[in-house]
Parts: sequence; C-alpha cells; structure tokens
Amino acid sequence: MSANLVALAYLIASVFFILALKGLSSPITARRGNLFGMVGMAIAVFTTLTITKNWVVILACIAIGGTIGAIVARRVQMTAMPELVAFMHSLVGLAAVFIAISAVNNPVSFGLPEVLPMGSKLELFLGTFIGAMTWSGSVIAFLKLSGRMSGAPITFSGQHTVNLILALVMIGFGLWFFFSETTNWTAFACMVAIAFILGFLIIIPIGGADMPVVISMLNSYSGWAAAGIGFSLGNPMLIIAGSLVGSSGAILSYIMCKAMNRPFLSVILGGFGSEGGATAISDGAQKNYRSGSSDDAAFLIGNADSVIIVPGYGLAVARAQHSVKELAEKLLENGVNVRFAIHPVAGRMPGHMNVLLAEAEIPYEQVLEMDEINSEFSNTDVVLVLGANDVVNPAAYITGSPIYGMPILDAHKARTVMVVKRSMAAGYAGLDNDLFYMDKTMMVFGDAKKVVEDMVKAL
Amino acid sequence: MIGEVDPTIINITVFVLAIFVGYHVVWNVTPALHTPLMSVTNAISGIILVGAMLAAGPAESDWGVWLGAVAVTLAAINVFGGFLVTQRMLEMFRKKDKKGSE
Repeated sequence: MSANLVALAYLIASVFFILALKGLSSPITARRGNLFGMVGMAIAVFTTLTITKNWVVILACIAIGGTIGAIVARRVQMTAMPELVAFMHSLVGLAAVFIAISAVNNPVSFGLPEVLPMGSKLELFLGTFIGAMTWSGSVIAFLKLSGRMSGAPITFSGQHTVNLILALVMIGFGLWFFFSETTNWTAFACMVAIAFILGFLIIIPIGGADMPVVISMLNSYSGWAAAGIGFSLGNPMLIIAGSLVGSSGAILSYIMCKAMNRPFLSVILGGFGSEGGATAISDGAQKNYRSGSSDDAAFLIGNADSVIIVPGYGLAVARAQHSVKELAEKLLENGVNVRFAIHPVAGRMPGHMNVLLAEAEIPYEQVLEMDEINSEFSNTDVVLVLGANDVVNPAAYITGSPIYGMPILDAHKARTVMVVKRSMAAGYAGLDNDLFYMDKTMMVFGDAKKVVEDMVKAL
Repeated sequence: MIGEVDPTIINITVFVLAIFVGYHVVWNVTPALHTPLMSVTNAISGIILVGAMLAAGPAESDWGVWLGAVAVTLAAINVFGGFLVTQRMLEMFRKKDKKGSE
C-alpha cells in the first residue's frame, strides 16, 4: 500500500474511534458505538500489516494477546472492573516503553532517520516517561484495588521533595539523551528507570476512596502515552486515538474531583485524612445511635410507600447487587416506589455502581444520578444506605468541616433512614457521620448481602 | 507558500484538534456509562498496537524486534480485552432496556 493510502485508511479508523465514544451518549447507541470501535481497530491493524514484513510473528503475538484478553474479558467479575481497568492501563504503559526502546534501537524500521533528530528524541522521551509512569502507577493502583496491597495512603516525610528531585534528575537525563550526538543508552535507561520509580511514588500516597480519580488519571496518562508514541512515529492516527483517550480520562478526573469537592492537586498529592482530618475524627463525646435487626428493617421498609436505595462501595465488596435486585422486585410487587440514588464517586471507579446494578438487571429508569434525585429525598419514606458513608454525610453542609462543600446525597432529609454497615467505623474521610446518630436513623450491622437477603426473607 | 511546514507542526495541529473533539464527545457521555467509557478507551489506547507492529515489523530480527513482539502481545490483550468487556457490560444495559420498555 502506498503511504497516502495508508494515511487515508488511518484517517477512516480515527473517525470510527470518535464514533465509538459518541455512541456512549446513551445506552441504546452504545453497543453500535463499541462495534464502530472494533471496526476502526480492525482497519488500523490490517493497514499496518501491509507495511510490515514479519507477519507470522506479529499475527502469532496478536493471537496470543487476543486470546488472553478475550478470556479475561469473559471471566472478570463486574465487581472487579476497577482492577481490570487498572491492569489494562499498565499494559498500554509498558507497551509504549517497549516501542520507544525499540525505536531508539532501530529508528529506520519506523521510517525515522538512522541518527535520531532532536525532535524525535524529545518525542520519544515524552512517550517513554509517560508510558513508564503509567505502567508503575497502574500496577500500584491494581494492587490496591484488588486488595493485594493495603488501600491506606502510604506517606513519609519529605515525600514531595523526593518526587520533585527525582523528576528533575529524570529531566536531566532526558536532556543528556537529547543533546548526545550518538544514541546515549545510559541516559535513556536511567531516565526510564527513574520514570518507573516516580510512577510508584506518585500513586502510593493516594488512598482507597480517591481511587476513582487515580484510575481516571491513569486512563488519561495511557492515552497521552499513545499520543506521545504517535508523535515519535509521526502517525496521526495514534495521536488522534491517544488524545481522545487522554481527554476522556482528564474529564473523568475532573468530574470525580468535583464530586468530592477536592482540588485535583490535593488528591494527587495524596494522604487525605492523615493530616488535617485527624483532628476532626472524634470530639470525645459518646453519641447514641439506634440499631436494629434485619427483621426490623424489613418491617419498616415493608410499610413504606417510597424507598430510595443508596449503594456504595460496601455493596461491591459484599457482591450484594443480586440480593438488592430481589429486594427491589419484592418491594415493587408490594406497590412500593423503589429507586436507586448514585453518587458520582460511589465505588472505586466512575460509573461502578451503575454497572453492578445493570449486571443484576435492575432497569436503568430506576437508577438515578445525584442531580436527578436529590430533591426527592424530602418526600421519601425510607432511605436504605448500603455500604456508603461519606457520600451521605451531612457534615458537607457544615462550614469548617473537612468535607464542607462536597455535594452529597440528601439521605438525611428522608422520613426514616436505615444504614447497613459492618461497624460504626468512620469512612474514608475519617469523619464521624452525623446521619448515623439522628433520631430517625436505624443502624443495621452486618454484611450488606446477608442483611439484604434476610430482609427479603422477612418481607 | 513560504516553504515546507515541519511535520511536527502538522502533528501538533492534529493533536490539538483531536483534544477538542475528545472534549466535546466525552462530555456527552451519560454518567451511567462511565465504566464502559473507561473500558472502551482502554481498548482504543490499545491502538499503540500499530506502533508495536512497526517495532516487530522488520524481517531481520534483533532484540528490538522481539521487544516489539512482546509489545504487540500486550497491546493485543488490551484491544481484545477492552472491546469484549465493554460489549459484555453494554449487553447488561440492554437487558434492562428491554424490560423497561415492555
């Protein structure tokens, strides 16, 4: 194929990628969008095959990777989606690093001059360090999300200084690589190594509930890594696809930060609850709360006319989505108006709760976003909070509270509140939740799945 | 023309325009589909597969080619895994959709 034809085919593939994202504006067009994405990818791959020689190896590798990917996609539990996404980000990062190393080794195979010009070196530098940071950062995010590593922030004094110094040293090696007349492997290798370390260091201080921001940010990075490689290879399709992904991740990070009312920078610098929050944990006074059994909860909910269920990360941990669906169906049969209220940062990644409820086949008309449902709480009989905490903490309305200004679900405005939780332990923000001590609140202690199952039996 | 435009400038043009397109398209994505959005963007960033194929492309093999082959495998996991898991999730949204309209 001539270079012009290849470029045109790449353009068509790029348009398909844009259509893939556009499809996601509604669940009805989304499947077609995904199909567009696959078509775009197929065009891109076949076009590239015509300009490469090593077909057998390439096709074999695609077959191996494709099989692994297909098996993982089929087997993964919906509750484990955040881990899967983090895992896949890490692959893009690592692939970007390998490609960049290969390009430094043999520029001619990429259509670059034998001796790399300065511009290409700069682009390779950018692509490599973003890729390396994406890889190591995603590995940490994966370990934290899958519970193989504690989700608690890991901080040490002088952390930011260390990061800053490392970043400067990395740039130093980058400059050395940049200004060397021949291929300077030492500088390049040092730069890659430091980028890997930086990726680890940047993610370890960020705690569990900030994961929606982290995962969106790494999503963004993986896109920029692809775009960076696109610049190095002078390939507009990689630039377009990479920028689409990069801006998508950036927008998601923004939405998540806004939903927590926290500046992006403070999330990234990490360690929430370890500095300012600690003083606010307890004011010493013993507060009283009312607790009940799942039978009591079933009785209350059975007598209600309207119920709003607020799911949180606890629901995902307990894998309670199917039991919740049974509960909702039972209530609907009894003529109760049941709806679900989703906070943007509920769970460990954007849209996490929606997917779990979708898996349990809960009709999406019953599932409402915060803005749509917040005005409804005040005329609702019973709110059932399942494993959520900070997102229903009325302290968000109190000036001076660490979470002041965070948009919350107004569960406290309902006539009766039931909170299913394993213990009275504070949420991620390390704050006591006044909702739990209100007169109209009943705490039901236990595993979300167990409690909901018992409630269904009792109804 | 005053002379030839540096290809890098053209690449930057493409880059900036693509960011604008991405910005506008992604703001229209419904929040309920944010998880599928992440998995499909995962698959799309697997486009790096194209770069990996070029790295693995030369007929005479040295270690750089093998590194490229590994990158092809990694990127292929992303492409297939990303699109298929998105498909699986979106099927779930469809089931509900049917029920809701009945």
